[in-house]
Amino acid sequence: MSLRLSTGPHLLHKESTRTLMLDVIIALVPTTAAGIYLFGSKAAWVLAVAVASAVLCEYLFQKLTRRPVRVLDLSAVVTGLILGLNLPAEAPLWLPAIGSAVAVILVKELFGGIGHNFMNPALLARGILLASWPARMSVYFMPIRVLGATSAVPAGPDAVSSATALIRPQGYEVYDLLMGNIPGTIGEVCKIAILIGFLYMLFVGTIKWHIPVIFVGTVALFTWLIGGDPLKAVLSGGLLFGAVFMATDYVTNPMLRIGQVIFAIGCGLLVAVIRMNGAFPEGVTYAILIMNILTPLIDRLTSRRVYGTVKQHA
Amino acid sequence: MPEKKQSIRGVFINGIFNENPIFRLVLGVCPTLAATTSATNGLGMGLAATFVLLGSNIVISLLRNFIPDKVRIPAFIVVISTFVTIVQMLIQAFVPALYEALGLFIPLIVVNCIILARAEAFAARNPVFHAAADGLGMGMGFTAGLILIGSVRELLGNGTIFGTAVFGASFEPMLLAVMAPGGFIFFGLILGIINAIVNRIGSRKGVQA
Repeated sequence: MSLRLSTGPHLLHKESTRTLMLDVIIALVPTTAAGIYLFGSKAAWVLAVAVASAVLCEYLFQKLTRRPVRVLDLSAVVTGLILGLNLPAEAPLWLPAIGSAVAVILVKELFGGIGHNFMNPALLARGILLASWPARMSVYFMPIRVLGATSAVPAGPDAVSSATALIRPQGYEVYDLLMGNIPGTIGEVCKIAILIGFLYMLFVGTIKWHIPVIFVGTVALFTWLIGGDPLKAVLSGGLLFGAVFMATDYVTNPMLRIGQVIFAIGCGLLVAVIRMNGAFPEGVTYAILIMNILTPLIDRLTSRRVYGTVKQHA
Repeated sequence: MPEKKQSIRGVFINGIFNENPIFRLVLGVCPTLAATTSATNGLGMGLAATFVLLGSNIVISLLRNFIPDKVRIPAFIVVISTFVTIVQMLIQAFVPALYEALGLFIPLIVVNCIILARAEAFAARNPVFHAAADGLGMGMGFTAGLILIGSVRELLGNGTIFGTAVFGASFEPMLLAVMAPGGFIFFGLILGIINAIVNRIGSRKGVQA
């Protein structure tokens, strides 16, 4: 009989970074599959380059700086995949390559590696790409295939760039918005696939419902208050993808439930405000990034007072 | 009072490498961020600051025994702003394009912390030739740093260095590099890389000795 001597907590669980990341990847499978089906092989290449570049950059950086190589924890795969899903399918392949390098090296590794990044790596990389190559990033392409029956104009063999559905949401039926028969990035268009992933992550306990639901709910409420169509506001842009896969990043949202609620409401309000008044039609990226920066402040505001400690003098 | 006897050459070299204002002292960050959108702007700002540094260091060193301690800072500022006014008028007269590009940052040389720091820390306590060498060395170090950062940002953000195209026509410039956030990002990266290299060289020397 072996006796184990250790300090608490004594709960043993097989859950690790790797299993968590694997769950996220599984949750991303429907979205990835839908994206590749809708946009064709170009989308597959963009995703492949994004993932490969993220993994390679992490491996090389950790080798060069003589840190333990942690590529096998799969977090770089998730970062690359999420970044790729955030890009238009017609993006030239250097775009995902540079984007993943920025995400992994600049945002994650330089700040101390996994768990130390102060913003979501994939999202900040998207922000940097958007600021650097706006002509490449703010073009929305119509899918080349149609998922299910559609009432929209059937798409041709070549991708056609068009305005995001956000600009004229009344031009699209709710059915097409759900299925993904709208212009957009690879991962954001098919809402059904995103919802399947969301339900999977809820079911296995990877995430809780609070942030995505409150985030989306705030956007819907605010849009309704200012006289918009809340359902189409929710389904037209990258809101669902951002709320489910990027706002829920453990590292960059508050630790306590109450803080997470504040975080989600803040995200929702910012999305609504940026969509109304911003220079870009979509505001999910910047909304989540801004709330990422505010996360330490929210944590400070909502931290519980620990009894029995001496009051510290500032 | 010279604190430690240093050769004039040593003082000059010190400003460029050991105490490079941008990379080692991290002084004058504001003009560094603002004036490095291109290598040419960096060069212009560097030379303007060098001129002011040289002039103010010489004059302050000459006056160091006459300026009462209590009013030394206002006295330094008067000297510095005199030279800044001269350099501003010269640039406006002879290089109007640079004057347009640098804009407000030329008069702001008055409050550039490198210049006041050298006046206070060096020129006010050293003989005139040492002070001149320090001003020139610091100015050269500042200029070299600005040109380095400016070149990197111009290369990525515009595909050129000193206005000469480096990449082919298919190159798509990274606009962020010449925007304000890019200034912070690339300044930070270059600062980090240089300090990593310097530390590595330093530790290697330490091992050998």
